[in-house]
Amino acid sequence: MRAFWSRFRQNRGAVIGLIILAIVIICAIAAPFLFPRSPWSMVQRPFLPPFEMDGLPLGTDALGRDVLSGLFHGARVSLLVGLVSTVVALAIGIPIGALAGYYGGLVDDALMRFTEFFQTIPSFALAIVLLAIFQPTLAYVILAIAIVSWPPVARLVRGEVLSLRNREFVEAATLSGQSNLRIILRQVLPNALPPIIVLASLMVATAILLESSLSFLGLGDPNVMSWGYMIGAARTVLRTAWWLSFIPGIAILLTVLALNLIGEGLNDALNPRLRKRTS
Amino acid sequence: MSLLAIDNLSIALPKGADRELAVKDVSFTLDKGEVLCIVGESGSGKSMSANALMGLLPEGVTPSAGSIHFENRDLLTLSDDEMMSLRGKDISMIFQEPLSALNPLMRVGDQIAEVFEAHDLLTPTERRKRALELLHEVGLPDPDTTIRAYPFQLSGGQRQRVVIAMALALEPKILIADEPTTALDVTTQAQILDLIEDLRMRHGMAVLFITHDFGVVADIADRVIVMQHGEVVEAGEAETVLLNPTHAYTRALLDAIPGLSFRETMQPANTPILSVRDLSMTFTSRTGGFFRKPRVVKAVQDASFDLYKGETIGIVGESGSGKSTLGRCLVRLLNPEKGVVEIGGKDISKINGSALRQHRRRIQMVFQDPYSSLNPRSRIGTILTEGLIAYGTDKITAREKAQELLTLVGLDPSAMKRFPHEFSGGQRQRVGIARALALEPEVVIADEAVSALDVSIQAQVLDLLADLRDRLNLSMIFITHDLRVAAQVCDRIIVMQQGKMVEFGPSSQVLGSPQTEYTKSLLDAIPGKAHEQALAAQRELRQ
Repeated sequence: MRAFWSRFRQNRGAVIGLIILAIVIICAIAAPFLFPRSPWSMVQRPFLPPFEMDGLPLGTDALGRDVLSGLFHGARVSLLVGLVSTVVALAIGIPIGALAGYYGGLVDDALMRFTEFFQTIPSFALAIVLLAIFQPTLAYVILAIAIVSWPPVARLVRGEVLSLRNREFVEAATLSGQSNLRIILRQVLPNALPPIIVLASLMVATAILLESSLSFLGLGDPNVMSWGYMIGAARTVLRTAWWLSFIPGIAILLTVLALNLIGEGLNDALNPRLRKRTS
Repeated sequence: MSLLAIDNLSIALPKGADRELAVKDVSFTLDKGEVLCIVGESGSGKSMSANALMGLLPEGVTPSAGSIHFENRDLLTLSDDEMMSLRGKDISMIFQEPLSALNPLMRVGDQIAEVFEAHDLLTPTERRKRALELLHEVGLPDPDTTIRAYPFQLSGGQRQRVVIAMALALEPKILIADEPTTALDVTTQAQILDLIEDLRMRHGMAVLFITHDFGVVADIADRVIVMQHGEVVEAGEAETVLLNPTHAYTRALLDAIPGLSFRETMQPANTPILSVRDLSMTFTSRTGGFFRKPRVVKAVQDASFDLYKGETIGIVGESGSGKSTLGRCLVRLLNPEKGVVEIGGKDISKINGSALRQHRRRIQMVFQDPYSSLNPRSRIGTILTEGLIAYGTDKITAREKAQELLTLVGLDPSAMKRFPHEFSGGQRQRVGIARALALEPEVVIADEAVSALDVSIQAQVLDLLADLRDRLNLSMIFITHDLRVAAQVCDRIIVMQQGKMVEFGPSSQVLGSPQTEYTKSLLDAIPGKAHEQALAAQRELRQ
């Protein structure tokens, strides 16, 4: 663990990413305490520019709502959607990939054709269709994002399992009478973990972007304040009050950038050999 | 003035390595047309010395003292560009693993031509002509076809010939060979050694040959350097060092070479514990296109034999002879195509699912590679108890049993809490043996169980196996390509060639007076025969 951390620390970008992410997480946790009022409630006149009034450092939007409060509460939604949808996507992708890679043959063919079925549909279009069918609540947004983002996980896990399943320690486990399920869970998957962790960190970033895009189009949950919604609501006043789109845009940019930097750092730390080769 | 003179060379390892210097105060010279062997076990610094010579030290590893003089120039002070023009032209190198030394996506001819291109020599047509000549010179069959082949289409021995052709392209003055035959089987090894010897005679090259095998040393070396922990412990004429070693380490290494000595054959009991009848295995692979004929490999054909309690049968043969496939069929890692594998009267060749799982514990395997046979993310304790727990033993009993096993194979029971990477290759192989024994099998199959280990470690593990067999009255099947090892541990020996059992009988008979040409050729290819004869003569003189 200590070796892992020291390798992670060597990548300065990853450390910066971690700091940014920590700030975003703190904002999300602190939101209900710093801004106990609903982010939807009107607090001042509309279109109040930033830095003009004490107590409202980022001004107000078209309906007189506090932008800073929206930003803090939006962080909660973005992180929640990013994390939960990634967990759900992993829960679908890992078993499918592991079974396909371990059993091979017909099982592999069937599961991979199923995966390809999802891969051939543009993911954003599929998410829109899914949300048009479902009700636009937060739970369904998360589900829709998970459904469109699991195929890469399945493919990655399958590849890892394929290369691991013929290793001698897996054969030894077979010989010692362990069941297939146990071998997959105890011998194969733990060794496939590093690339999955790296992919997961990048998936959180993609999920946040997807959620923002969906909210921008008005397909998000109308009852929760999110960064995507803020940009979407402000797009009609882009010329007169550009900062209303700009501020949440920067928030999305920084969070996604932070997650990508962390993913890079995790990759370096978990696959030290790979890194040596490139430097 | 020698061609190459290394004086007091020291090479520093990065901080945090297990020792400060990879190579300490090493000096030697190399003359024109001479073969100098550097011998030592893994980690002795023998490859590091050669890499320093080529300017190919890994990152963080630097020469800290001394000099390497080649033709009045100190190689350690040359710039990268000067070194680059020297490499290949004056000093070239061949490596252990020919497959990774060749570019898999380039035709063999182009790779050889590239050597000329890198040094800006000859025109493209001349390069091709030279490449063809070189392939001819290194004895590749049908050079006109081979020049257009990709590396994967060639066998291991042929690939090594291509690598040698590349190394010879610019007629270097020094050829460095870093374990060039370790990845090859005995007959191919003998051919490659002959080739190197032949080329040295013709071109008058100096050869620096790095190896861990004293048999190879005895066959080709003029002079020998023995290295241990980065230091030269003994140096001298090959004959002197091999017959009258002065340093204890050299003596230990020489003693560890298994000789062709036979084990007392035991009287077989009445009923066999494992009986194999007409076992066959065929691999079919579709290569390229629906209409082409699928490639069919008959890996094992009609193998039949009986193994008695307390007996050890060796299966020997070159790589690709089907010996490993046979072993895998016996433990049902592969499903045999036809035939019967009866253990204690129960045919296990066709059962599946839970019935198979019931019988799996009766026949266990020790694997070849101590690095990939243990799960890197499990503690030794978990590795040893998993099988027992799968068969319903409770955790506490399983742990006690695992501790007993560790003691049995000569490891400390405290190893339970540690991870595989904390152990050396030999220790890992002991863990592998303990794991195979954990389920109290009736038959143990050792698939090249010692071939990845250094000679002295190999001797220790072989002793352990022999000791366990005698104490626990184990029945073993010992798969190996090394006839000396087989002779040492086996009661009876099966010789396999292209999937068929060509010879089967007591070790002394099969290896002492072989009946087939194939077995004879295998025996002839064992390196170091001349040395053994010399040793025997010396022994007689003393008596």
